[in-house]
Amino acid sequence: MDSNRNYSASEMMAVRASKELHDKEVVFVGIGLPNVACNLARETHAPSIELIYESGAVGARPERLPVSIGDPALVTGALGIVSQAEIFQNYLQGGRIQVGFLGGAQIDKYGNLNTTVIGDYNNPKVRLPGSGGACEIAVHAKRVLIVMRLSNKSFVEKCDFITSPGQKSLGKTRKEWGHEGGGPQVIITDKCVMTFDEAVGEFVVTEIYPDVTVEELKAACGWDLKISSNPKAAEIPTEQELDLLRNKLDPQKLYL
Amino acid sequence: MGSSDKIVAFMDWFSYAVSLSSLPSQHTRRQASTSPLILHPMTGKLCSMKEAIADTVQDGTSVYIEGFTHLICFAAGHEIIRQGRKNLTAIRLTPDLVYDQMIEAGCVSKVIFGWAGNPGVGSLHGFRRKTEAKYSERIEVEEYSHFGMVSRLQAGAANLPFWPLKNYGGTDIPAHTANIKTVVCPFTGQELSAVPAMHPDVVVLHCQRSDKEGNAQAWGLYGTQKESAFAAKKVIVVCEELVESSEIRRDPNRTLIPSFLVSHVVHEPWGCHPSFVQGFYDRDNDFYVSWDDLTREPETYKNYLDEFVYGCADRSAYMKKMGGDLMAKLKAKALMSDGVNYGF
Repeated sequence: MDSNRNYSASEMMAVRASKELHDKEVVFVGIGLPNVACNLARETHAPSIELIYESGAVGARPERLPVSIGDPALVTGALGIVSQAEIFQNYLQGGRIQVGFLGGAQIDKYGNLNTTVIGDYNNPKVRLPGSGGACEIAVHAKRVLIVMRLSNKSFVEKCDFITSPGQKSLGKTRKEWGHEGGGPQVIITDKCVMTFDEAVGEFVVTEIYPDVTVEELKAACGWDLKISSNPKAAEIPTEQELDLLRNKLDPQKLYL
Repeated sequence: MGSSDKIVAFMDWFSYAVSLSSLPSQHTRRQASTSPLILHPMTGKLCSMKEAIADTVQDGTSVYIEGFTHLICFAAGHEIIRQGRKNLTAIRLTPDLVYDQMIEAGCVSKVIFGWAGNPGVGSLHGFRRKTEAKYSERIEVEEYSHFGMVSRLQAGAANLPFWPLKNYGGTDIPAHTANIKTVVCPFTGQELSAVPAMHPDVVVLHCQRSDKEGNAQAWGLYGTQKESAFAAKKVIVVCEELVESSEIRRDPNRTLIPSFLVSHVVHEPWGCHPSFVQGFYDRDNDFYVSWDDLTREPETYKNYLDEFVYGCADRSAYMKKMGGDLMAKLKAKALMSDGVNYGF
């Protein structure tokens, strides 16, 4: 935490991500910061968002911060519990999910994500867990929000492996691939927010956090990062938001 | 089962009866029932985990221990390790800690999966040691996404040759997984991804309760329990509680699979620790977190397997080692549903 600021980078990311969610949206949520962001949205401007977990919990109201996407607290008090076949076929492929959250070990300027391997697939330097549900979330959710810390290790010119498709991958656009979901729209980092710019054809910086310089952003990104002509100054977390995060949503500081 | 096995089964039945009576009832409605549980050990299905695994898992068998974070039968994985099986094909959406243990113990030559990690924590170090460039010993991987795995099981369950899905376009997954192909819809001309049916040799299903025939009921997160059971060549049902068939029949909507799919029934309380069973015990999250450090080095990993897998004759010995305090800490609090009217 910077001595001049009363919030951490994680808190800033959670607050910023929460603002991307609108009331009554159906959100496919993972654990960690996205989960905190969803709960914060529900406590503030989006009281009626519904959380859907890949494990089969629909309309979950977890009493404690889930430690895995299959936490028993997701079941207790949920609207419904369904099989994973239903989750993927009916909810995701069926087009019922408005928002999905993703992250990864690598991302490129089109929002393609790698969660599979670092290095060569057959002889990897690092074997990552793989897709899980990420690929289908990237294909089917109406829009995808990406939450990742900015670093030139993970924001790369080219992903070693594309696990989840972004706006353009393997030489074709989403439309050409026939993807029905909208794909990644926003990348929320710890230093800035990037938005996909149709005209430019890649993600560009549209919001810069307090005390962050453009030079700093460019140095921390592995591709030639473009800045929009008129980037906004990001709003800092309010006292109310920080109080909710610290005292109600993640008091044990599991993710913040 | 041979006759000597039946004697063992009978002895196990005796210990079940003892453990059942000492278990606090999870269900208030059951307390109202006056008839004592009368179990029949000679039906041929009810057996110990040791017998169920010995009967169904040989070297080279394809094994699917079901459970998506919930209802993961660690007891079955431990027994496979103790029996020293080799060259298994280990199938699962999320091969997690128990598969990592089987890999580290040398039981597995191939993994078919969607996500190989420690859920909510990080890496599987045993898996990484047999898949990364810097290590010489390798296992084969065949990887999909979760949706792809679910689809393979659905095709298997429905006895179709493949299952179509809208997925994988613009990713590198199909280039490395020969079993992901495309198919053209005969009605719309649309190109879809397709994955082939999967028929695991053995599926282990853990559930909250079953009768001795394997009429199994589960609640909470289902994962791919139903699809995998119908896709399987053989199904082992493992239950926290062994109940009378009448109890199953009082709540038929909760039945996961009927007994005619099931070849073995094992009553194994706490069989999922450190995974969880809704209404019985919580996920042991401290275990999952500590697993990361514990398994980073092969030496400490080996110590764990020696003490908690090879060093335990069965699940009850394992839980005894874990201790009563842990069981008390993880035991689920009661939160009963209201039940419904099945009358007509």
